[in-house]
Amino acid sequence: MKQFKGRPVVAGKCTAEALVSHSGFNTLASFQSALQYGEIPILGSKYKNTECGDQNNKDLFGKPMLNKALCLPQTIGSTTGGMVLYCAKALGKSPSCLLFSEHIDSLAAAGAVLSAVWTDSPMPVVDCLGQEFLDAVKDGDKITVAEDGTVTIG
Amino acid sequence: MNENFNYKMELTEEQAAILHGSKGETMAKVMKTLVLYGDAFGAPKMVPVTSKMGHLVTSFGLGVMKPVYELMDTLIDGGAISGQKFSVDPKPLDKNVPSDFLKNFVFNKFMYSVQDEYDAQLKKLGLVDSKAYTCTCYMDEVGNKPNKGDVLSWAESSAVVYANSVLGAKCNRNSGIIELFGSIVGFVPYFGLLTEEGRKATWIVEVKTTKKPEAQILGSAIGMKVMEDVPFVKGLDKWIGTELDGDTCAYLKDFGAATASNGAVGLYHIENLTPEAVEQGESIIADGAKTYVIDDAELERVYKNYPVMWADKNATPKLCFVGCPHLSLAQLKEWTDNVANGLKKNGLSKVSIPTVFTAAPGVIEQFNKTPYAAKLKATGVVLSYICPLMYMNNPLAKKMPVITNSNKLRTYTTSRYYKSEEILAIITKGVK
Repeated sequence: MKQFKGRPVVAGKCTAEALVSHSGFNTLASFQSALQYGEIPILGSKYKNTECGDQNNKDLFGKPMLNKALCLPQTIGSTTGGMVLYCAKALGKSPSCLLFSEHIDSLAAAGAVLSAVWTDSPMPVVDCLGQEFLDAVKDGDKITVAEDGTVTIG
Repeated sequence: MNENFNYKMELTEEQAAILHGSKGETMAKVMKTLVLYGDAFGAPKMVPVTSKMGHLVTSFGLGVMKPVYELMDTLIDGGAISGQKFSVDPKPLDKNVPSDFLKNFVFNKFMYSVQDEYDAQLKKLGLVDSKAYTCTCYMDEVGNKPNKGDVLSWAESSAVVYANSVLGAKCNRNSGIIELFGSIVGFVPYFGLLTEEGRKATWIVEVKTTKKPEAQILGSAIGMKVMEDVPFVKGLDKWIGTELDGDTCAYLKDFGAATASNGAVGLYHIENLTPEAVEQGESIIADGAKTYVIDDAELERVYKNYPVMWADKNATPKLCFVGCPHLSLAQLKEWTDNVANGLKKNGLSKVSIPTVFTAAPGVIEQFNKTPYAAKLKATGVVLSYICPLMYMNNPLAKKMPVITNSNKLRTYTTSRYYKSEEILAIITKGVK
C-alpha cells in the first residue's frame, strides 16, 4: 500500500480502479466520441463505458474511463476541455475522480469547478501528487481518495 | 447564499456582495465558480475585464451537450446575462460546403440538432450579431480587436494566443463557459498570463533556418516542445520583418494557432516584433530559461513525424480545407491569385478536388465587394464561414481523405497536413 499527499482542488472521497495516462490527457479528443455517439444506435455501442477516443493517447485509447480513477499529468488540447468535462460529469459519463501528478491546468480546473458548483455530485479532484505517484500507479490498481487529498494505492 | 463557502482570495465589497447573492442566486453561483477557479491557481484577487467585447469558444448546438444548454437557460432565467457583447467561434454548418444526403442527415438529425436553439440562447446572452461567428474575431472586418493591456475573458486558443502575443492584451487560456462567466460578472481571477511574472518567457527559441519557415510547422514544433510555457523567439524577424503589417499578422495568426493546438501556448514573444518583446527586449526572459534551436532539419523532422490517420494512406483526397484559423482578407486575395495562376499554368479551369476556403463572415462580405470574388468563384473554390474542425468531427467525415494546410485541423481530426505550396500544387495540378 502506498500513500501520496496531494492538494484537493475539489475535496471528496471515492474508491475506484486506476486508469493511467502518462502523457497529457486531451479532454476533447478523449470524450468526444463517447459524448457524441454514445446515444446513437449502432455508433454508440462501443462507447457505453466512455471509451477513450483519443488515437494519440497510447495509454488510454479504447479503454473505458467511466467510474475510473483517472491518473494523469495534466490535460491538453482545445479550450472546450472544461466544458466537455462538465458535460461528461453531468451526463454520468465521467471518471470517478481526477488525480493529477502536476499542478492542475486551467482547462481541467474549469471542468472540475463547473462540476462542483453546477452538478449535484461533485467529482473529487486532487493535484500536485508528484511524478512518483504517476510512476507508481498502474491500470487496475485500487485507489482510495480522502477528503484531505491523500491518495492510497492498493 | 454561499455564507459558509471558504475561499482564499481577497474580494472587493462589490465582488463579495455578488458572491453572497446581491444580484441573485444564479449570479452568486457564477461568482463562486470564478472564485474557486482562481483559488486553484492561488489568484490573490479578481480584476475587472476591461476589453470592449468577449469571445466564446462554443458555437455549436450539439444535441448531446444538453447540460451546457440547460446551464445557459439557467443563466438567462436568472438574469445572469453578459455585461459585454461577445463574438463566438464559427458555425459548424454551411449548406455551401460539399456534403451529401447521409452527412446532412447525421449533421442535422443527430449532431447539431439544437443549433437554432443555441443560437437563440447566444443572442439572449449577449452575442454581437449574426455575423459574429469566427475564430478570428480580432480582424478589422469583424471588430472585436482588444487594445494593448486590456484584460479579457476569452476562450478559443488561437484567439487567446493572438490577443496576448500580437495585440498585447491579457488573457488566460480559459475554458468554454468560464469565459462567459467572466463576461457576465465583469471580473476574472488574477493569475497566469494576467500577471507580469506569468508573461515572462521560460524558453528561448533560436530560429536558424535557411529560408522563411512555414508558419504552421514552426508553431507546431514550438508548441510540442514548450507545451504551456512562454517562448521568446529569436531570428524570426529576419524572415517576417519587424513591422506588424497585414502579412506578418496573418503569419503570426497561423503560427500561434499551431503553438496553441500542438501544445498549449497562450503567449509568445517574437524578438523585435511583438509589443512586449519590442518594449522589454531580453529582460522579458526569465532566469534559467531553456533553449530550443530550430533549423531546416528540425522542421523537416517535425513535419515528417505527423501521423497520417487515413485508412488508405494513398487515397485520393476528397476535400481540401484552407482557413483554420479563418483566413484574413489579404490571405484570401493571395490564395485567389495563386489558385487562378496555378490553374492557368496547368491548363485547367477548376480546382481538381473540392476545395473550401474559410473566413469570417465580415471578411467574406468585404471580399465579395472586390473583383477577387468572381475570380475565386471561377476556380471552383467554395468560400465559407464554416468551422472545418466541426465539419470533420463526425464519423462520416472522419473516414474521408481530407487535406489541409492547418496544423490545428490536423491535430484534432483525421485530416492530412500539407505545406501551403503543396496544397496549391495538389488542387491546381491534380491529385498527389
